[in-house]
Amino acid sequence: MCQDTGYAVIFLELGQDVRIEGGDLYEAITEGVRKGYTEGYLRKSIVSHPLERKNTGDNTPPVIHTTIVPGENLRIVVAPKGGGSENMSAIKMMKPADGVEGVKDFVLEVAKNAGPNPCPPVIFGVGIGGTMEKAALLAKEALLREIGEKNEDPNMAALEDELLEKINNLGIGPQGLGGRTFALAVHIKTYAAHIASLPVAVNINCHAARHKEIVF
Amino acid sequence: MTQIRLTTPLTDEDVEKLRIGQQVLINGVIYTGRDAAHKRMVDLIKAGKENELPFDPKGQIIYYVGPSPTKPGKVVGSCGPTTSYRMDPYAPELYKLGLKVSIGKGKRSPEVIEAMKKYKGVYVAAIGGAAALIAKSIKSAKVIAYPDLGAEAVHEFVVEDFPVVVVNDTLGGDLYQEGIKIYAVK
Repeated sequence: MCQDTGYAVIFLELGQDVRIEGGDLYEAITEGVRKGYTEGYLRKSIVSHPLERKNTGDNTPPVIHTTIVPGENLRIVVAPKGGGSENMSAIKMMKPADGVEGVKDFVLEVAKNAGPNPCPPVIFGVGIGGTMEKAALLAKEALLREIGEKNEDPNMAALEDELLEKINNLGIGPQGLGGRTFALAVHIKTYAAHIASLPVAVNINCHAARHKEIVF
Repeated sequence: MTQIRLTTPLTDEDVEKLRIGQQVLINGVIYTGRDAAHKRMVDLIKAGKENELPFDPKGQIIYYVGPSPTKPGKVVGSCGPTTSYRMDPYAPELYKLGLKVSIGKGKRSPEVIEAMKKYKGVYVAAIGGAAALIAKSIKSAKVIAYPDLGAEAVHEFVVEDFPVVVVNDTLGGDLYQEGIKIYAVK
């Protein structure tokens, strides 16, 4: 598929009854990324410092998000993320008065701005609520949902449908060359917000939406 | 839709006849370069050391790509376009030296579009994400400069019928703006 085999983004769900022995779990994951990208002929796309920009040569380090959950399983989700669509993502700290209309306007603004750049057709992950970093994480987590899977909240499901139609009505189309399908799906995730805040993050995934999970 | 075949090196006349929306099949030698290689090349130009460039841009094509590693028995790894706007700060300098075509995906800045009008160049898009398919039109590949940059090194490719679409022509036309107008729903 795409030559940009991404930043290795890992979601770890660690059961609280699990005890890990014999070494550092994050180091083990890093070693897995190193082996996967080297032995799998995947591109090494990571530089060790954002300003000095020297390639690490093995696509490490990964970005690891960990949550502790009940139970005795360890779930690892690997979601390599391409740079082109990541660069077209955005976050805005809106005010509560902006409401749902403000959210819609912002998502459409991000879509319009992105245009052909993120390799459409794309998927929109929208995180609403929480703090700044929480909204960004919600947006990324929203990208993990399978296309076609409905939002459990009927209001948010309706908002997703409305946003998808509005985004596609922009006419940007596949590859941005003009057409009816710019986005394949809009996925929203929400979280409690501060009385003063309405954070909205939009994370875009290109059509190479590569996700794989394993449960131990 | 008619397809036009172009073979490098190119003349002003070759690119002046191109119009936005046309499908073009590229043949011959093309060069690769993305963020880090462009920075090095334009630093050389600014220092008056054009003769040290990895290749003479005159009449040539540059492809914005960082291929994935080559599997045994293959010519090159997956090889699709990267987003072009990141090369916008550098592109006018290369068009000025006679570069005729850049290949990428995504919008160009007004400065690049102006440079293409002035120096008779075009910008064409390859299909983003179709990198494994695109690799099939690459018949030979070698690194000619900056091997320390890894995927970002400058490669020389020999291509056969490498498929692209004209996005910006020498008249200043922009397919990304015109295409949307046809499909936008008010």
